[in-house]
Amino acid sequence: MHWQIDLIILTFIIFCAVAAITVRDLLSTAILFGAYSFMMCLLWAVMGAVDVAFTEASVGAGVSTVFFVAAVFRTSRRTKD
Amino acid sequence: MKFAAFLIVSLCGGLLLYATADLPAWGDPNSPAGTHLSPHYIEKALEETDVPNLVTAVLADYRGYDTMFETAVVFCAGLACLLLLRDYTRKKGSFYRHIPTGVVIHFKENRKNPPKSREFEHMDKEWVPYDLIMKTVCRILIPFIQLYALYVVAHGDFSPGGGFQGGVIFGSSLILLAISYNLRTVMDRIKERVLGFLCVLGVLVYTGIGVLCMIPGGNFLDYSKLAVFLPVDPGHVRALGMLGVEIGVGIAVMAVMVVIYVNIASEGRHDEGL
Repeated sequence: MHWQIDLIILTFIIFCAVAAITVRDLLSTAILFGAYSFMMCLLWAVMGAVDVAFTEASVGAGVSTVFFVAAVFRTSRRTKD
Repeated sequence: MKFAAFLIVSLCGGLLLYATADLPAWGDPNSPAGTHLSPHYIEKALEETDVPNLVTAVLADYRGYDTMFETAVVFCAGLACLLLLRDYTRKKGSFYRHIPTGVVIHFKENRKNPPKSREFEHMDKEWVPYDLIMKTVCRILIPFIQLYALYVVAHGDFSPGGGFQGGVIFGSSLILLAISYNLRTVMDRIKERVLGFLCVLGVLVYTGIGVLCMIPGGNFLDYSKLAVFLPVDPGHVRALGMLGVEIGVGIAVMAVMVVIYVNIASEGRHDEGL
């Protein structure tokens, strides 16, 4: 019954993960990590682990994205490799 | 080289995927984890701890020792950030704006700052234009976010959430204040000493409740022994002990989040951030 939702979310997760390691702009990577975390949060919610989904949404999609953006702001925006 | 790396990563990933076939199916009642511990928690947690949310009961009571060290880990993360990044030397030069006339003054050397007043305003070096809409929206939004964070901490026993999530939400409301106004607005309201004190206080509240349980002769973090100090019915005492512990976690996590953000965003100088 959930498998259509699962499939859509998993596709987005893999897309975000691959994009996050291939994109050269670190600011985009930070935002892609936020999107990845949000998709993981949806997946936890579908599985019924609401507490984990809550933590993922607040920590993964919320605060850690801000930390990444702050770190990029204070270092360099482009990767060397 | 890149090809070799790709090959190794694919092999490891393939091996992991192959191994997942042996894991028990999701939600399988006959899996090893589901046959011994889970039934006990599901059947007994409500009557033993008087907490409807099983996850909180497991995290804060049955596995209270783990959660205590998780709080300690978060505290250590904040401490490491502070020790690595904090920079007490001040950047040369600062900008002040005379508000009535709009004239900007540039101090080239580190003079004594003009006293805080309605006349002068400290400006960031990367000047950000005054944005009325963003500031107003954030000013209206932040109290509700903080109220929600307190709700999440207080209702951790009944609904999803708890100290960790509530602390993160409260910390991110302060980070939102720092982003929408500026870093000094936050640092003027919560001094660095207070933040450090709150980090320690959260961990101390947790361990303090654990030690408090030992005074009447119980084990460390055995909340049922708190009945000596609290005049409530004995069934509810463990729920109250969990609430106290969650508050400790919330305080520690909130302070650590703000400490990490402030130190990263200002390169440890605590003067100007994002």
